[in-house]
Amino acid sequence: MTPEIGNLALSLALIITIVQAGASFWGAYVKSELLMDIGLSASRTQFIFSAIAFLSLAFSFYMNDFSVLYVAENSNASLPIQFKLAAIWGGHEGSILLWATILSIWTVAVSIFSKQLPRMFRARLVGTMGSISIGFLSFILFTSNPFERLIPAAINGRDLNPLLQDPGMVFHPPVLYMGYVGFSVAFAFAISALISGELNKEWAKWTQQWTLLAWLFLTLGIAFGSKWAYYELGWGGWWFWDAVENASFMPWLVGTALIHSLSVTEKRNAFKVWTVLLAILAFALCLMGTFLVRSGVLTSVHAFASDPKRGIYILILLSLVIGSGFVLFAMRAASIAKGESFELISRETFLLSNNMIFMTAAGSVMLGTLYPLFLDALGLGKVSVGPPYFDTIFVPIMAPAIILIGISIFSGCKHSLLIQVLKKLNICLITSIAMAVSITFLLGQWKPMVTLGLFMSFWILSTAFYHIYLQTRQSAKNTISSILALPRSYQGMMIAHIGVAVFIIGVTMIKGYEINKDTVLKIGEKIAVGSYIFSFNNITTVNGANYIASRGNFTAFKNDAQKALILEPEKRIYAAQNSQMTEAAISSGVFEDVYISMSEQINHNSWSVRIYIKPFANWIWAGCILMAIGAGVALIGKKYNLAQSNKQN
Amino acid sequence: MKQRHKRMVFFIAVVIAAGLAAWLILKSFRNNLVFFFTPTEVKNGVAPSDQDFRIGGLVKTGSLERSNQDMQVRFIVTDNLNNISISYSGILPDLFKEGKGVVVQGHQNANGEFEASQVLAKHDENYMPPEAAEALKQTKSLHEITGSTLINSEK
Repeated sequence: MTPEIGNLALSLALIITIVQAGASFWGAYVKSELLMDIGLSASRTQFIFSAIAFLSLAFSFYMNDFSVLYVAENSNASLPIQFKLAAIWGGHEGSILLWATILSIWTVAVSIFSKQLPRMFRARLVGTMGSISIGFLSFILFTSNPFERLIPAAINGRDLNPLLQDPGMVFHPPVLYMGYVGFSVAFAFAISALISGELNKEWAKWTQQWTLLAWLFLTLGIAFGSKWAYYELGWGGWWFWDAVENASFMPWLVGTALIHSLSVTEKRNAFKVWTVLLAILAFALCLMGTFLVRSGVLTSVHAFASDPKRGIYILILLSLVIGSGFVLFAMRAASIAKGESFELISRETFLLSNNMIFMTAAGSVMLGTLYPLFLDALGLGKVSVGPPYFDTIFVPIMAPAIILIGISIFSGCKHSLLIQVLKKLNICLITSIAMAVSITFLLGQWKPMVTLGLFMSFWILSTAFYHIYLQTRQSAKNTISSILALPRSYQGMMIAHIGVAVFIIGVTMIKGYEINKDTVLKIGEKIAVGSYIFSFNNITTVNGANYIASRGNFTAFKNDAQKALILEPEKRIYAAQNSQMTEAAISSGVFEDVYISMSEQINHNSWSVRIYIKPFANWIWAGCILMAIGAGVALIGKKYNLAQSNKQN
Repeated sequence: MKQRHKRMVFFIAVVIAAGLAAWLILKSFRNNLVFFFTPTEVKNGVAPSDQDFRIGGLVKTGSLERSNQDMQVRFIVTDNLNNISISYSGILPDLFKEGKGVVVQGHQNANGEFEASQVLAKHDENYMPPEAAEALKQTKSLHEITGSTLINSEK
């Protein structure tokens, strides 16, 4: 019964979203309060039905209902319960259902938190969100229905891919999707502004809130994915420039540009056309990401679908949404164009440069990601673009943006003299160069890239703290409370920028000083790697819930430390699919990670193993989390400001 | 400087920066393009001798030889028409198996052997790397050899 309820709920949700989009747009066009109200209530009703559909699928997983094809393909009676949760979105159909459900959450949130907006504007917002829902719900119903029955029912399920049997998979997909789908709100704001031809500071304030929230989730989602790859794929990488990762990274880059451009529109009423274009582009890239990941043109752990019908459907959906966005943009951009001008040497110019740098970066990632696909589609041969491409271009492209972070916070709004700014920053420049050079020197080896990386981090940190110091030194209160008294959006910006610095430190140290040793070890043998002595003590066989593992026991002694680290990596065989998995053992610390994974048994008492010493690895994810916290703090400030301005009105 | 001149200078700076970025991107892009060849194409000498490329196919059953001292392995990649022997030192992915699809990246050494720097076998049991499937399709032997695997993956 449950799958039929889910199916019915899904069909009703589709019909209701058609009403939602139709009534809202038509109501706004003929200025009918009644129709706009119908649109609003439809937007809430469709949320309920989407949620019912999603819960029905969850229930089928919980009940081990292997008469549902999707459950049979992605679950197994012996699969632990928390991984059954992950299995809901472990395959194509379920993850698209998750997409649609999250879209309905955003829609209902927009319909609730937009009461202060003009009626017609609000109706167009809801209408745009509804149109996107129509696309995704019909995609599910017509090409990827998770409720399809399997008759006769399977005795047991095929099991979830062992790589996805990890707590990280409970969080990574929903959070990432919250980010992807969240950009639909910025898109809807852009579309509504284009239709009405009104775009003012107030619009920017509203759009900024929603964009910050979506960006917060996207940042966390990408960071979770990277962390998962680090410990679960087993071989110690944290970013592979894999096409699927790039698919989430491109909207992140454009979304970051959008946040900065919105801040100018909000304060100065400038960059309006550009901001709208970025909002459309960011969501277009989110859709493209979904297309790349779900259509089967890419092959990776994320690509389940190999049905060409699905790929074509998403492609049509993609071109409809993006196409109508751009057509509208081309027709109406002129009507919103009248922005205020600004001086050449001003924060605005620096932010515009920042935007161009981020767009260049996004473009270069796109080139590396799409070029092989185009060549293949045109039958011109198969190529791949290696990670070295991305590694070489990214530092020179992004370095100027990092330098600009420091300069732009010191340059006044509208206009200031570059010389004055640079004079103020002398002290930061000297400090950060001196620190970067001396730290590289102390670490023993001369590595120019390490010095550059450290310089960029210290530049961000010193300019940020210097600026905070200048802001608070006049205050009569003590330092902490005067920092807390600064505007939230300023605090958020500073936290996010400090996050960038922390991230760069992590990347720099890991690239510069990581030690990697692939070797064969006998039981009882010892080996020195970096400042550690590792010994391979024994191998035991362990029975897990749904796998059998060979578990190695290693100890690692640091030269000076008394206590040993104990590391127990595993080689698992998952019974349901008879597939092999490497489970790394990581001793994770603030300043370094010690990482061991076992590759294979060479003979009866020796194994090939990979050992890593990874300095500052956690700083990479800590940096991302700080960026997300920064967005959150700024968001709280924005909400507060809006509430204040509404009271005054 | 007049405002107009300032804007001119800014504009020129942007053009130069954009040009530099484009040059850097395209240069690095060209250097890092890795082309793909089938074992037959490699045998026919189509593959470059001076740069890295990829070969895809099946790991020939019974061809895997391991050293029992270190991490050196040898195996044969086949498209069922031609065989290329591969030597590799390092960790093999979990899904690397005889009779299954594989993609190797590396270069040919002086004695015609392929020295792999990377061995890729993707995440899913039933999954065939597209390059490997392509290589087999070109020799038209895809169905007889891997029919069962493919049927599974198409459910």
